[in-house]
Amino acid sequence: MGSFMASEWFRLIVGLVIVLAFSQLNALFLVWLERKVAGHIQLRIGPKEVGPFGLLQTIADGIKLVGKELITPRSADNKLFPVAPVLVFMPVLVGFLVLPFAPHLIIRDMNVGVLLIFAFSAFTVLAILAGGWSSNNKYALLGAIRSVAQNVAYEIPLLLAVLSVVLMVNSLQFSEIVKAQGRVWFVFVQPVAALIYLICATAETNRAPFDIPEAESELVAGFHTEFSGMRFGLFFLAEYTNMFIVSAVATSLFFGGWQGPFGFDLGIPGIVWFLAKTYVLIFVIMWVRWTFPRLRFDQLMNLSWKFMIPLSLANLIVTAIVLKLI
Amino acid sequence: MPKPIAPPAVDRVYTLNLGPQHPSTHGVLRVLLDLDGEFIVKADPVLGYGHRGHEKMGENRTYKQFMPNTSRMDYLSGLLFNHGFALAVEKFAGIDVPLRAKYIRTICAELNRISSHLLWFGTYVMDLGGFTPFLYAFDDRENILDILDRVTGSRLTYSYCRFGGVCQDVDETFLEMTKTFIDRLRSRFSDYHNLVTKNIIFIHRTRNVGVIHPEQARQFGVTGPNLRACGIPFDVRKMEPYELYDQFDFEIPTGTNGDALDRYNVRLEEMEQSCRIIEQALARMPKGGGYLNRSVSSRLTPPKGEVYFAFESARGLTAYYLVSDGSPHPYRCHIRVPSFSNLHVLVDVLRGTMVADAISILGSIDVVIPEIDR
Repeated sequence: MGSFMASEWFRLIVGLVIVLAFSQLNALFLVWLERKVAGHIQLRIGPKEVGPFGLLQTIADGIKLVGKELITPRSADNKLFPVAPVLVFMPVLVGFLVLPFAPHLIIRDMNVGVLLIFAFSAFTVLAILAGGWSSNNKYALLGAIRSVAQNVAYEIPLLLAVLSVVLMVNSLQFSEIVKAQGRVWFVFVQPVAALIYLICATAETNRAPFDIPEAESELVAGFHTEFSGMRFGLFFLAEYTNMFIVSAVATSLFFGGWQGPFGFDLGIPGIVWFLAKTYVLIFVIMWVRWTFPRLRFDQLMNLSWKFMIPLSLANLIVTAIVLKLI
Repeated sequence: MPKPIAPPAVDRVYTLNLGPQHPSTHGVLRVLLDLDGEFIVKADPVLGYGHRGHEKMGENRTYKQFMPNTSRMDYLSGLLFNHGFALAVEKFAGIDVPLRAKYIRTICAELNRISSHLLWFGTYVMDLGGFTPFLYAFDDRENILDILDRVTGSRLTYSYCRFGGVCQDVDETFLEMTKTFIDRLRSRFSDYHNLVTKNIIFIHRTRNVGVIHPEQARQFGVTGPNLRACGIPFDVRKMEPYELYDQFDFEIPTGTNGDALDRYNVRLEEMEQSCRIIEQALARMPKGGGYLNRSVSSRLTPPKGEVYFAFESARGLTAYYLVSDGSPHPYRCHIRVPSFSNLHVLVDVLRGTMVADAISILGSIDVVIPEIDR
């Protein structure tokens, strides 16, 4: 038994349990936070009745969703339709495995951590396409088509921005990248890459002003129009968990991960630094959502292909040249 | 006319049924869109889901009994419709209205116009995906509803006007509240401009989107802010002044391109002009003189003949056409509503645009479906 406790397997199982518990709680908290933030931005107060400050509101909503009937449209694809919500949630969970919460709080500190997280987040689009296609609904299909085009367009500048950081550190390992920011965070060295990353991450997670795949005023609810009950709930949870992942990656790549600014950690534990920075970034993403209207589909594409990709390429080339010269 | 970016191939076209239950059709409008990808090949609005037979109802009740119906056609500018109907019947039967009542009506009508434009502003930005301005606009609109609630006893379907005046006098508190509201609204305009008008995404979503040409507008009979956005300064309040509008100093805001951005700017500027009218009316309103001409019989019998009366509602030229055979009931009661003409310009304008633009254009035209269906 002792050897099992020390084995990699044990570490993995404990890690998975923690990840599952944390991702669910985090998503519930983020939904509450979003509603509170939206409320205060919009001259309202948001949820306040269920539990202290309405904290239990999302749990109540979750119970309601679990209790609802799972309706499958008659003309839907019977195999793909129930699988899509599960598919959308899986890659998001994998992301947690390599996130560097604190120096020793990484479930698997892989040497390809950055690659793994983006490889799996690219998988989400497949699930969205499956969901939209299998619903056999025109709005859902339109949403799915938009989503695919958008994800393809925004993954390129996103990865190019990440690549310029990877070039500087010479590693794809999260812990190495974070350690390299001991003195100066990369956001000060690579401000363009950081900005591109944040914009593309918002688009990747289908958040406003890039929420065209589920633009409620155009496509009703986009790709998840036909999903009900907890199937819809999974899409919903995946969106918020995804938001956490992209913010956490941004924290590790550009904002010094578990470290305080300029080498001062002020005696605050690493995990607190990490989570605090992540939630501040999430707050910014929410703030943007409740302030801006939505872009049109072709304008969104133009922004990526004509502006973001050339800019991120130029940034990458400049980074490479500067690194070569130093 | 905007040309489609990619020439549509007929066999790739599919039909999307936008509505009657859709978040952005503002009521029960159904638009059949023939789509090629996301491009619209053909748009066909389908009407009639909210038909209640108001015109027929007008024929089997007395003139006075028809008053509540008028505020239920365009429920967002109910008081303007009341006002128009009262004016039409007063013109028909030759009824005198006390001066104070005229001022009260004008103030309330302009307040109602502002509330209608505020609601449009909020819902339009919501159509474009910005949720927050909606609640700011509703916060302001709530003040108008409170003010009108005090004097009319109702928040939406007012039935406030009577033939020969209004049903209830206004008090000092009403005047104070109105003054406070005007100041408050003016201070809020800068918020609106910072949040929406200057927003780069908003400008990109509206500039050169849904351009209505002046000629097109004439052909379809487009009126109201939509027509003024094309650069034609047509406003019934100026062209055929009724009530006291010839005595007030106000301008008709116009646009140049006739696109969604112009329609937006025209409506926002119109709110400011309404504020000016209300201020002048508040300053000039006589203290006494009665609010209702009490000599009007409740079973009014206008002389045999017909009357046509046009006024400017929040959405454009609205008109009542009444025919009397000398009985207490109108022989025929027809209402010309602006949304019907404004909506049908969509058929031309939507061709070649994208689905997202269709929502933007539909919103920018500001239709109220129950007004069309009556």
